[in-house]
Amino acid sequence: MPERTLVQAVRDALFEEMARDPRVCVLGEDVGRKGGVFKATEGLQKQFGPERVLDTPLAESSIAGVAQGLALEGFIPVAEMQFADYSFPAFNQIVNEIAKVRYRSNGDFSCPLVIRAPTGGGVRGALYHSQSVEAFYAHVPGLKVVLPSTPADAKGLLKASIRDPDPVIFLEPKKLYRAVRAEMAEGEAALLPLGQAAVARRGEHLTAITYGYLRAVTIEAAERLAAEDISVEVIDLRTLRPWDMETCAHSVEKTGRLAVIYEANRTGGFGAEVAAELAERCFASLDAPVTRIASPDVPAMPFSPALEHAFMLNPDRVAEGLRRVARY
Amino acid sequence: MASGLVWSGRMPPSPDPSGLTQEILLRAYASVLRARALDDRRFVLNRAGKLAFIISPRGHEVAQVAAITALEPGRDRFCLYYRNFAAALACGFTPEELMLSAFARAADPSSGGRQTPGNFGSRRRGVVIGSSTVGPQIPKAAGIGLALKWKGEGALCYVSFGEGATSQGDFHEGVNFAALHRCPVIFFCENNHWAISVPQELQVAGPGVAERAAGYGIPGTRVAGDDFFAVHAAVAEAARRARAGEGPSLIEAQVYRLQSHSTDDDQRAYRDPVELANEAGKDPIPKMRQDLIARGWLTDEVDEQLRREVGEEVDRATEAAEAAPEPDASTLTRHVYADA
Repeated sequence: MPERTLVQAVRDALFEEMARDPRVCVLGEDVGRKGGVFKATEGLQKQFGPERVLDTPLAESSIAGVAQGLALEGFIPVAEMQFADYSFPAFNQIVNEIAKVRYRSNGDFSCPLVIRAPTGGGVRGALYHSQSVEAFYAHVPGLKVVLPSTPADAKGLLKASIRDPDPVIFLEPKKLYRAVRAEMAEGEAALLPLGQAAVARRGEHLTAITYGYLRAVTIEAAERLAAEDISVEVIDLRTLRPWDMETCAHSVEKTGRLAVIYEANRTGGFGAEVAAELAERCFASLDAPVTRIASPDVPAMPFSPALEHAFMLNPDRVAEGLRRVARY
Repeated sequence: MASGLVWSGRMPPSPDPSGLTQEILLRAYASVLRARALDDRRFVLNRAGKLAFIISPRGHEVAQVAAITALEPGRDRFCLYYRNFAAALACGFTPEELMLSAFARAADPSSGGRQTPGNFGSRRRGVVIGSSTVGPQIPKAAGIGLALKWKGEGALCYVSFGEGATSQGDFHEGVNFAALHRCPVIFFCENNHWAISVPQELQVAGPGVAERAAGYGIPGTRVAGDDFFAVHAAVAEAARRARAGEGPSLIEAQVYRLQSHSTDDDQRAYRDPVELANEAGKDPIPKMRQDLIARGWLTDEVDEQLRREVGEEVDRATEAAEAAPEPDASTLTRHVYADA
């Protein structure tokens, strides 16, 4: 099996799905000739032509609006927002239009499409190329939200998102685009179902639930704690809406302790929802307060390396947070 | 309109009604009468506390029906907006269906009582479900147009909106996209000069909406919205262009808003009474009636008969819709996703 990076896995998923189904098309800024600013659509236009891989005007609301029109006519558009930060001009189209089509038509219309966007920080992207936007979209019934952290998950979940009957916001942690290579399956064997978390590391004393870039960071923190005889179970949510409550609750009932780790700012982040739901559901099993380990409540990640470092969670900070929960 | 910023020229003479038969015209006229009679009844029901909220098409009916009459419901796609009550009738919605929507009944074909009346949708009729924010249907229509171009079956997408929507970025993004890709789309602006209480001179820079087409390299036409034949001819030409692969067109129909924005608004609070009294005399329905009589397609007797029939339809529709069941509370969580 070939070894691929996460961004190559995204590209492979698009290639395979476009080859499989002529209704699948790609649109967005710079996705065609250039193959995307991160090369996630590289070579697609050469293979599938300038209509199925369409360079759009620089206008995100119409990227989402046009994608919706295509979906209503039976095509399966995969629209790219160049950065998740740039999806906000399309917020009305996504939240008021795309997410509500099925509900507001009482099931007469549906809008299966995928909106892909690179998300998160740690790449010197500063305020407008680093934001974590998942909580905005995970709040919206009618949308599904996926946020993979490994190349194989990115491929399998993107393929499943393209085949899903509902609109999917597919967020790709850009810091991981070229971080690792991994072997991966092709075709149908690569598919992964939405809504299933992965137990990334087995442990007994403490459950650490995370997603995206922080999966690897949390595993590293867990390895450090292992030296202190603290055994941490790390769960990667992979899909945020719908999220896998069963796997998470099962783990918390086993360990009795829970930390939720997320890169977005603390207040109202998606991890707050995970913490609240599991606190309610697993109250009788808990031996320590459910704890969030998240980024500070500043508007976004600054450009200066010193300030970016101060913002980002790292293995030290996560380990410190986990240790507090373990020793409570 | 008094302001020098607003277009105030003269409309060209009404065109020849080519391709229109008496049958088509009387059917269109009946739709116009039906829209007005239903609207009158809805206001009575609103004042009686039976209907929560209405947006009236009063003053727009002739323009709306003329536009749809130039198109092919069942083949074309229609992205309507909330004032398109008469357009919805012309697209095939029945009086009873629109009353079911007004009463928010389970059998409302657009949304099963979920949306306010005025958000029309019916897959089988090609009417794409609407929503209540202003303008998002415009880039959506561009995308539908792109899909129809790819399918190559000669169908087009008609999208309508008021002049207030042309201030939205979505208007410019949608027209730009459709023009770039020569999508078969007709952009139909019903300019009634008022977006709730904001007049055109505080809304639209330049002489009007039609001129904006030039910036996108597509034809922009202004027509008198009370002239059935002028609106029909403009839309028919836009449809010819769209089906021939020549791309989108923008049409601005000048109409008057003979009612307040909605039943929650009272325009007497912010409009000049003299102007309002003047506009009340510009009802497009007597003009359409006169035009049809003058051309020998309508008689007083047929007019009376049509009005009687429409009145009976409205009675039946109201009774049926009022008696129809409300949505079951257990359906609240349905249709969020495909599997629920």
